[in-house]
Amino acid sequence: MKLTVNGTPIEVDAAPDMPLLWALRDLAGLTGTKYGCGIGQCGACTVHLAGQPVRSCSVPVAAVGDNAVTTIEGLSKDGSHVVQRAWVDADVVQCGYCQSGQIMSAAALLARTPNPTDAEIDAAMQGNLCRCGCYPRIREAIHRAAALKGGR
Amino acid sequence: MSTLHQPQLHESGKLHVTGEARYVDDLAVPALVAQVVPAPVAHGRIRRLDVTRARAVPGVVAVFTHRDVPGENQVGPVIHDEELFAFDTVRFLGQSVALVVAESYAAARAGVKAVELEVDPLPAITTLDEALAKGSFLTDPHTMQRGDVEAAFVGAPLVLQGQVRTGGQDHFYLETQCSLALPEEGGTVRVISSTQHPSEVQTILSHVLGVGRSSIVVEVPRMGGGFGGKETQAAPYAAMAALAAVKLRKAVKVWLNRDQDMMWTGKRHPFLSNWRAAFDAQGRILALDAKLYADGGFSSDLSRAICDRALYHADNAYFVPAIRVTGQVAKTNLPSNTAFRGFGGPQGMALVEEVMSRAAERLGLDPATVRAQNFYGDAPRNVTQYHQTVTENRIGRIWSELLESSRYAQRRAELEAFNAGSAHHKWGLAITPVKFGISFTTSFLNQAGALVVVYADGTAQVNHGGTEMGQGLHTKIRAIAAHELGLDVSDVRVMTTATDKVPNTSATAASSGSDLNGQAVKAACETVRERLVPIAQKLLGAEAVSFAGGFATGGGKAVPMREVTQAAYLAQVSMSATGYYRTPGINYDRATAKGKPFHYFAYGAAVAEVELSGLTGEHRVRRVDILHDAGRSLSPSIDVGQVEGGFIQGVGWLTCEEVRFDGKGFLATHSPDTYKIPACGDTPTEFHVKLLENAAQEGVIHGSKAVGEPPLMLALSVVAALRHAVSAFGPAKTEVELAMPCTPEALLFAVEHAKSKG
Repeated sequence: MKLTVNGTPIEVDAAPDMPLLWALRDLAGLTGTKYGCGIGQCGACTVHLAGQPVRSCSVPVAAVGDNAVTTIEGLSKDGSHVVQRAWVDADVVQCGYCQSGQIMSAAALLARTPNPTDAEIDAAMQGNLCRCGCYPRIREAIHRAAALKGGR
Repeated sequence: MSTLHQPQLHESGKLHVTGEARYVDDLAVPALVAQVVPAPVAHGRIRRLDVTRARAVPGVVAVFTHRDVPGENQVGPVIHDEELFAFDTVRFLGQSVALVVAESYAAARAGVKAVELEVDPLPAITTLDEALAKGSFLTDPHTMQRGDVEAAFVGAPLVLQGQVRTGGQDHFYLETQCSLALPEEGGTVRVISSTQHPSEVQTILSHVLGVGRSSIVVEVPRMGGGFGGKETQAAPYAAMAALAAVKLRKAVKVWLNRDQDMMWTGKRHPFLSNWRAAFDAQGRILALDAKLYADGGFSSDLSRAICDRALYHADNAYFVPAIRVTGQVAKTNLPSNTAFRGFGGPQGMALVEEVMSRAAERLGLDPATVRAQNFYGDAPRNVTQYHQTVTENRIGRIWSELLESSRYAQRRAELEAFNAGSAHHKWGLAITPVKFGISFTTSFLNQAGALVVVYADGTAQVNHGGTEMGQGLHTKIRAIAAHELGLDVSDVRVMTTATDKVPNTSATAASSGSDLNGQAVKAACETVRERLVPIAQKLLGAEAVSFAGGFATGGGKAVPMREVTQAAYLAQVSMSATGYYRTPGINYDRATAKGKPFHYFAYGAAVAEVELSGLTGEHRVRRVDILHDAGRSLSPSIDVGQVEGGFIQGVGWLTCEEVRFDGKGFLATHSPDTYKIPACGDTPTEFHVKLLENAAQEGVIHGSKAVGEPPLMLALSVVAALRHAVSAFGPAKTEVELAMPCTPEALLFAVEHAKSKG
């Protein structure tokens, strides 16, 4: 099966119903995307599909088609995406496990809402669970990223 | 400039934001995978277990049962009452009966289905109440007391009694249990595990495999959260992986999916406490007499120590002139409950905070006043129920600073005015304290080791016994090592935790990670530094030299540390050293229930404001102000993060997280669609967290204090604030009947109860 992941066409030997998450992790070796619950309720496996945030545990690989898949490894070449920079500056991370999903959701939010309010952040990030409770810094980092993006 | 007491960016921050940080399941090692065959009922006798058909399933490589264990079929960490694989009786639904190892998960699952397991059900105890009614216990009762309790009740102006229940809590670490075992030569094995306690995993593996601990290496790269859930409960799955790897001579991974992890591993202990308390007419407590019962589940695990810690914290920050608290752990046919951030402390504090709230409600006083007048003070009001003297008590200072900065009094008046004019929505405001004892209460566990290695190029590797689960331990350790060695933090690398680098370690638990390991690392670095001093003196031609920020300075000159280390190498000087630390002067005599179990106490207080709908029982935490004592913080950015996260996790336990079994021992809430942990939008809208200033703690690493667990209990302020809001639905002096967790259902019942008093 052919996929386009992080701008590169790849061939994976996957059954059509294999969740995209496992194709990425086990077949493409992209382990930055994490398993959290397997039912699309925790957000740890969030990737972009044609620019939209999706839960890769709940997307059969056959449904991907020609749509571009972007994972945390493809968000930038060197960690320089504004969300990644803001995340490091705000020192968001505790255990880190949910963070690739958080960052992918945050990047998608900023792509459609350049200057989100706290309420808009909460609404967009509600499906990304963080057991360490980094939420205050997630909010802060998204505001920072918005500012970085706007060049302010 | 020293790296200490400064904001420190996460030592793996860049790795985390790029997806490069590796957890056990991310390691690119080809391995066989496995599925556990779980017991189908909560209690029963195994009539038949035949794995012949399962072994024949295509893709299945092997099936292991208790018959295949070369050593002891035991994984109980303290008391050996937990089998690796059940062999005649199953004691909870989900107990491991066999392990199917296969080339793929699909094959492993097919193998599990092909296992012929027949179990004759036996009567099962699936609730704490049932265990108490039937006298089913894992421990004998243990009592701590001081003063004449019976006498104190005689003629007391106010006597209250009640029952407090607190619920379970699933750890819901985002990374589920996972261990990867790699067979090495001669029957030895290397296990990479997501565990808070690699030394205990190593010990248990040695018993299961029937080999010495030297045959086993356990490594922990990092954990995707632990919170206590990986203190003992990683071991069974690590043991299965190791057993299979050694038998098959192939790498084997044992990983649980979310539902399996939730169903099969233990949680925070639910507690039921019966209490009576005596007060004077002004709300000063005279006596507390309480019996606390914990649901331990099917095996002992750490339950005794957890129940003890509930007793140690049944006073919280309050001096109770006459106090008697008894704890006992019940045995049920449920997963074995285990450590969870606070380790029984939250359950003990929940009890006494309810007692304080009830007294204030009955007397019609501001609960803040009732609480403050009962704080520990000067002698003789400074001795706990376990006869430790409370010294360096900071709660009074924290309390007054926080009342002031949060404008508690003005806001309480404003809220009362708002509530008077609002029929269906009421606000609540409350302040509660935390005093949390720091040390493992099993005194010998308070020890740690380190191995520091400095290279000739002036870079260093630091090994220590602690594990990184998100609490920032490695970041703090790096700062300590850089400070002691005078290196730049970028030249110090904290290594994967491994039992072959630092042996005989304690769990990374009890908030003690940086206290213990930090001291051990400091000691090791000092040894190396002392060896480098003469080298630097010679290089600089000066007697007085100092190392900081990557430079050695002295005699008005400075040279890079790498020149010192290079010169040391050429001068044939050893640049590696071990360090060791034991906490001095702590003890507890269980026979007399007296001692000094804690090296010191950590303090904090929180003011919470909530809005409650009397129509739906839903609430919102509008604003939270916290002042927390982290001593002279090793890293303020990390410590503030621990306070915020601990508070949020505590709010989850007390409000939205409800562990429910179906009455037959089946966990109904086994995934995030039925078990609700706090999300981004549940965070307080306004959240002010400050660390206490000028608060260096004598006798602790660089004046800091442990911070992992204490902030969780600050969340009790939300319960107190909800009680305030509920009481506003009733007439003056309404005593609130509010169950925990304070779900919308519980709150709606409480509101109806309050209204019925009108």
